[in-house]
Amino acid sequence: MTAPITLSARHLVRRYGPRNIIQDVSIELRQGEVLGLLGHNGAGKSTTLQMLTGALTPHSGTIEICGFDLNRQPEQAKACVGFLPETPPLYRDMRVDDYLVYAARLHRLPASRLAAALDDCKQRCGLQDCGKKIIATLSKGYQQRVGIAQAIIHRPTVIILDEPTVGLDPAQIRDIRGLIRELGTSHSVILSTHLLSEVEHICDRVEIMQNGRLIYGDSSTRMKQFGHQPGFTITLLTPPPLSELAAIAGVASVEAVSENLFRITHDLGQDPGATLLALAAERGWQASQLTPLKGSIEEVYTRIMESESA
Amino acid sequence: MILTIARKELRSFFAAPSTWLIFGILQFIFAWLFLSRLDAYLQLQTQLAQIANAPGATQSVASPLFGTLVLLLMLMLPLFTMRLLAEERRNQTLPLLLAAPVSSRAIVLGKYLSLLGFILLVVCSGTLMLATIGLGTQLDYGLLACNAIGLLLLAASYAALGLYLSALTRQPIVAAMSATALSLGLWLVDIGNADSTGHLRALSPTAHAQNLNAGLVLSSDLVYFAVFITTFLLLTIRRLDNNRLYA
Repeated sequence: MTAPITLSARHLVRRYGPRNIIQDVSIELRQGEVLGLLGHNGAGKSTTLQMLTGALTPHSGTIEICGFDLNRQPEQAKACVGFLPETPPLYRDMRVDDYLVYAARLHRLPASRLAAALDDCKQRCGLQDCGKKIIATLSKGYQQRVGIAQAIIHRPTVIILDEPTVGLDPAQIRDIRGLIRELGTSHSVILSTHLLSEVEHICDRVEIMQNGRLIYGDSSTRMKQFGHQPGFTITLLTPPPLSELAAIAGVASVEAVSENLFRITHDLGQDPGATLLALAAERGWQASQLTPLKGSIEEVYTRIMESESA
Repeated sequence: MILTIARKELRSFFAAPSTWLIFGILQFIFAWLFLSRLDAYLQLQTQLAQIANAPGATQSVASPLFGTLVLLLMLMLPLFTMRLLAEERRNQTLPLLLAAPVSSRAIVLGKYLSLLGFILLVVCSGTLMLATIGLGTQLDYGLLACNAIGLLLLAASYAALGLYLSALTRQPIVAAMSATALSLGLWLVDIGNADSTGHLRALSPTAHAQNLNAGLVLSSDLVYFAVFITTFLLLTIRRLDNNRLYA
């Protein structure tokens, strides 16, 4: 990837009393990337994100956002960041429009661009009809949207979202994930979550955090492959003997799950699926369905966690 | 940036019905006291007329009333200062300000400025009410202005104190009670040592307002208020900075 680096944090340490709650965390983010920060409750995700936004100061380590050092040039650096904390920072007695305008002004959006930015971010977050409503009267899902709108109204280069989909219903989760995905094309996004499916759906890259340390980082597609055998299941309505299937080039093992369903694994890069389908057509096995084995990210996660604590 | 924050705070001040209620009650009590004071003055007027160099209406009606207004403000201001930072913390809205490209100084000054706006409104309305005596008699406007300035400085000091206490806690009620307790305490230090010229008395803002109340502008008093206000504002800024370090 050659996109410019928008955020880089090096060797962050944060102490709470004598205890290090964040130890040597380094994160790098490029433009147009969605990074998922995955971890159990209390792993240090929120603390890390707060440090990246300048709401907390790290006890050691440096953070650079868009080339500005967060410690030395806090105002320039923070102007490039949009942040949605775990609890959306909403003034419940304000109207949505007033609140968003206030947030934009706080982030130094020039007055000339205010109206356009307000319309644009309300449209993106599906808040067109809520502008005049008092925030306290909105449902939780809509309040969350206002929280996200607040984080993106000044078009920051880096968007930091702390558990953006917590407490929402499935339809809202889908909407917000769609929105984050869309934001990820033009901005850099970091989001924290303890939901693995979220990482699977919207993140390009994942960092797993445990006890204040990053223990694993990779692209989320690679992470899916981690620790599971590549393969697929296939349904054959008139199946041949098992040995015939096992003899196909590339097949590592065949297992009959039921009379018609077979679970076939193979080595990486030698997918025998096409060959098998061709043979099935030629010999009349009546192949009806081929499903790749889906390595659940849960398994990967648990495995990494176990290997770390072992 | 300071103005943005101040404007937002002022708007939420006046969007809350409780502000209007408190403001209304304040005006009502003040008007009541004003009328009873005026009544007493009118009854005494004939006797006063016989004294040589008798105190005028400003001195016998307006000045004491400013003293009363100070006490009223001492009790009411904590209700406004309490929410400024404690409520942000309790509602978890503080991250919005901390993560925005705004310095702690701008946050504190913005909030303080909004308080000053409110105080100015109270002081002006009180002063205007007293200035209505001018319709019936000759007023000493210099003394009136001096009193208003004294009141303004006192209220500004209590506001700075209240703002700092609000920065210390996440419970607005705790902030309000400690602000009331401290300002009453400082007042008691003043009236407890009224007959002596003890150094303790110099600690109390009300003691320094007394000269202004009598129409005497001393630079030492002005310096005292400046130091008092600056100290608590600096402490608040420091507290907010520490928030990033230790919270």
